[in-house]
Amino acid sequence: MIELSHVNKSFEDKQVLYDINAQFFSGKNNVIIGASGGGKSVMMKCMVGLERPESGSIEFDKRDMLSLDEQQLREVRREIGMLFQGTALFDSLTIEENIEFPLKMFSKMTAAERRARVNFCLQRVNLENINKKFPSEISGGMKKRVGIARAIALDIKYLFCDEPNSGLDPITSRLIDALIDEITKEYGITNIINSHDMKTVFDIGDHILFMYKGAKRWEGNRADLKHAQKEIPELDNFIKASYFD
Amino acid sequence: MNLSFFYHFGKYLMFLRSMLYKPEKWNVFFKRIFDEMNKIGIGSLPIVAITSLFIGAVTTVQTAYQLVSGLISKSVIGTIVSDSTMLELGPTITCLVLSGKVGAHISSEIGNMRISEQIDALEVMGINAPGYLALPKIIAGIVMIPVLNVIAITLSIYGGYMAGELSGILTHEQFITGARATFKGFTLFFSMLKAFTFAFIITSVSSYQGYFTKGGALEVGESSTKAVVYSSVLILFFDYLLAELFL
Repeated sequence: MIELSHVNKSFEDKQVLYDINAQFFSGKNNVIIGASGGGKSVMMKCMVGLERPESGSIEFDKRDMLSLDEQQLREVRREIGMLFQGTALFDSLTIEENIEFPLKMFSKMTAAERRARVNFCLQRVNLENINKKFPSEISGGMKKRVGIARAIALDIKYLFCDEPNSGLDPITSRLIDALIDEITKEYGITNIINSHDMKTVFDIGDHILFMYKGAKRWEGNRADLKHAQKEIPELDNFIKASYFD
Repeated sequence: MNLSFFYHFGKYLMFLRSMLYKPEKWNVFFKRIFDEMNKIGIGSLPIVAITSLFIGAVTTVQTAYQLVSGLISKSVIGTIVSDSTMLELGPTITCLVLSGKVGAHISSEIGNMRISEQIDALEVMGINAPGYLALPKIIAGIVMIPVLNVIAITLSIYGGYMAGELSGILTHEQFITGARATFKGFTLFFSMLKAFTFAFIITSVSSYQGYFTKGGALEVGESSTKAVVYSSVLILFFDYLLAELFL
């Protein structure tokens, strides 16, 4: 479980996160929704340690990321997988080498064991025979799946997905959602998804957090969302602006 | 000089300090150093060879043109070509050329990784990104650029010799006699000291510019330009500083 308490973050004079308190649960898809500029990405960056909040605490199973030293922080980060919006695959490496990369850096596996793990991860995301291709040679949907394969190459406890469906067609988006959901449930991962896509929320969102202008406006489960929509105008506007109601 | 100079200088020093962590895997680290040595060393050999040969040849022809007095031996041309090549033309011109080729490449490679979130991906994995990306390039540069300097000096002297022979400016014996006449080991040492210093400047400044790129493709181009300009200016400044200190 990941727990945020009283997290505040500013860039120069502009405060972008206001006193965020939130919980993200193991084995669940925790979806953060909200308009662009609402603080979703900054909150995710704070959680993975790419940004440092001015105050508050971010605990990964009771380990406060903000009080750990650099070495301890790296240890926790090795339990984190992240699917980036632009996939962030290393374009100088082949697909196989991309997935093998965290294994090479952090495991004691032999070359044969690494290869077997790479093939397992590729099969897990329904990709085969692309081992020797470079990221520039595959489609956007395939890149996302390779990103997921790289994220789960090590035995991770936490998965962060930043806009996993951006730039994908609706059918591929649903496939990616289904894949993320399967992996989350199968491995009991604490999964945090940043998304604008309400279809993702209604399909796989177990725990939902709505951000508005840098503050948490609502937090609850999928079943409560419709009810909350009636009480919170900003949430209602956000959902109604989506392609379906 | 405004405050932004101190800001960037401090940030540059912190960037250098941030590399000084034990690598996650030594074998990966050494492999990266050898890959970078190949890119910087072998990859730059053609441009260094062409530049050096012509610099030597031009120095011979221009020195001969300026030697109007018949009282001065033609062998002086060999002396001037070898000394000026070792002291200045070899390390400085080679490194100015390399600041364009190697510096721009390093900066654009790291800058592109920054804007496409590849550096974020490394950091999220728990990898010391400056140590993984920049340190192997700096070490490879410090090893390979002095080697390129030796090759540049050799080819430049050879270019001068060939130009003298082919154009009939001076004979083989005159050139060799002149080249050997004033040779001192210290000159070569000083040349190598310059090459080490310039190699560090090119690789570290370019890595810094690339690492802190913000924005998109346009900013990657700007970072590469800054990397080349700042490296070149610093090379010229340290060229003077080292000459003042050691000569």
